[in-house]
Amino acid sequence: MNIANILARKGSMAVTVLPEQSIREALALLARHNIGALVAVQGDHPVGILSERDIVREAARNEGFLARTVADLMTRNVITGQPHDDLLTVAHTMTERRIRHLPVVDQDRLIGMVSIGDVVKAQRDHYQGEVDTLQTQLLAGEGGLAH
Amino acid sequence: MTSPTGTPSRPLRVAIIGAGPTGFYAADHLLNHPEVVVEVDMFDRLPTPYGLVRLGVAPDHQKIKFVTNAFDKVAASPRFRFYGGVDFGKDVTLADLRAHYHQIVYCTGAQTDRRMGIPGEDLPGSHPATEFVAWYNGHPNYRDCAFDLSQESVAVVGVGNVAVDVVRILCRTPEELATTDIADYALEALRKSRVKEVYLLGRRGPAQAAFTNPEVKELGELADADITAIPQEIELDPLSRAAVERSQDRATLKKVEILRQYARRAPTGKSRRLVLRFLVSPVELIGDDAGRVAAMRLVRNELYATSTGALQPRATDRFEELPVGLVFRSVGYRGVPLPGVPFNESWGVILNDKGRVLDPATKQPVVGEYTAGWIKRGPTGVIGTNKPDAAETVECMFEDLARGAVLEPARPDAAAAEALVRQRQPSYVSYADWLKLNAIEVARGRAQGRPRVKLTSVEEMLAALGR
Repeated sequence: MNIANILARKGSMAVTVLPEQSIREALALLARHNIGALVAVQGDHPVGILSERDIVREAARNEGFLARTVADLMTRNVITGQPHDDLLTVAHTMTERRIRHLPVVDQDRLIGMVSIGDVVKAQRDHYQGEVDTLQTQLLAGEGGLAH
Repeated sequence: MTSPTGTPSRPLRVAIIGAGPTGFYAADHLLNHPEVVVEVDMFDRLPTPYGLVRLGVAPDHQKIKFVTNAFDKVAASPRFRFYGGVDFGKDVTLADLRAHYHQIVYCTGAQTDRRMGIPGEDLPGSHPATEFVAWYNGHPNYRDCAFDLSQESVAVVGVGNVAVDVVRILCRTPEELATTDIADYALEALRKSRVKEVYLLGRRGPAQAAFTNPEVKELGELADADITAIPQEIELDPLSRAAVERSQDRATLKKVEILRQYARRAPTGKSRRLVLRFLVSPVELIGDDAGRVAAMRLVRNELYATSTGALQPRATDRFEELPVGLVFRSVGYRGVPLPGVPFNESWGVILNDKGRVLDPATKQPVVGEYTAGWIKRGPTGVIGTNKPDAAETVECMFEDLARGAVLEPARPDAAAAEALVRQRQPSYVSYADWLKLNAIEVARGRAQGRPRVKLTSVEEMLAALGR
């Protein structure tokens, strides 16, 4: 299973923001879409990621945080995924590096976002499916003996 | 006042398109809701149910096919009907279904193969592996395919379970195949096979190969085929070694160990040879004077890590030529768009969010239309993976019912739907009909010590039902 299989069943694209937009605008986007992170883009190209944590951290020390820009608070050097990256590796990297949102790019163009929740759910469904299939075959084996 | 939809006097009427595993899992979740009363009509373009369990799963893997017992239990519900041989988009249209059902679920799978995109791909002698699979499994639409089994060397591109099935069937002896439910005509053709060398080609290394350990072990236990691998291709490159050590994934460690043993094995004089190759990609199929496949040009790959650490292949400047007269490609699958249903071209699936079909313009759900299985998420996982996937879709369906967001069909009753089908496709096959066909196939098999002898044409099936 790979990242493409997660994007295939997510209707939504990543929600994006421009680096020069204000944190006030970014918060409105996070609230409207009920999500935890925005991808800052220049054209189709991701240049940063702004998470709710980045905003909380700034709010705790600066009451004027609403007027700051996305570029001020976003994380640059974003780790991005590609559609064919396998989920086992992606899950490992996201856990190790404490990444909760992974923008997905195809030839440098942003095409979507997967969250750690998406990855965990896909893996859970995968294992559940394997267990179910193995159980069916085991039961079939027992049934076969009864003939 | 009429009672709400989903009650005994006014059941929720659902049409499921596609009678494969996902269709049955969706039906099961729908019919087992503790409160909502649901009626399910399942349509399939073929007269027979079970989809790829009948027509994809290899004939020498009968145990996997036992999952159909669970499907038969679902079909035994008095609120379930099967309309086999009824083609969505042709015999019944989306407008027809909207007039008879509150909800429609598309479970049509991934019906076409991805192409390699290389010169010579369409030369005679080069085929999608799925055509070969459908042929040996007795799919009515593929029974007339022809494969040149007089060739001595065959390459199968890909290392997923379909590719592994194909090499195994090519390497089995007629005696091994004769105890399975392989289609009779395929058994006869394979009896005359002159195939001696079979190559399985993976573009990445052994640690990334998609096949499972039981599958790869089975390849080492074939009655009359020696398995081999090239030691340099089995040795892990530094990136793969680091990834395996980091994850300590036991299954992968075991897989590499099995493959190492194969690379060390001396040939034992069996009549066929199965060669596992890694880190190679076909770049061209070369034709002979008659324009038939005669060889395959391969490029050697190396692996690199993407920014998440996933390992992907990259071509080097080293090439080789492999003389082969028959090529099967199994490099991925994609769904086929259904008439009138929004499609996501990039992923080859129906445009959806958790199974709710989306309007491409507004990205909002289309009322009453859903999808599950491979046509929803792409072709991944085992048969059972479609169970949680179908559950996710059915959850959305019940949520939408609770919100009143269902279709308002003019004729939401079982009798009206049956009358429609009878008018459009008078020779449709019901589940009771299928159980008769099943009994006939099993009886024909018993005489030969086989699980069943399949009926492989629609005419044959209808004749067996006395039509």
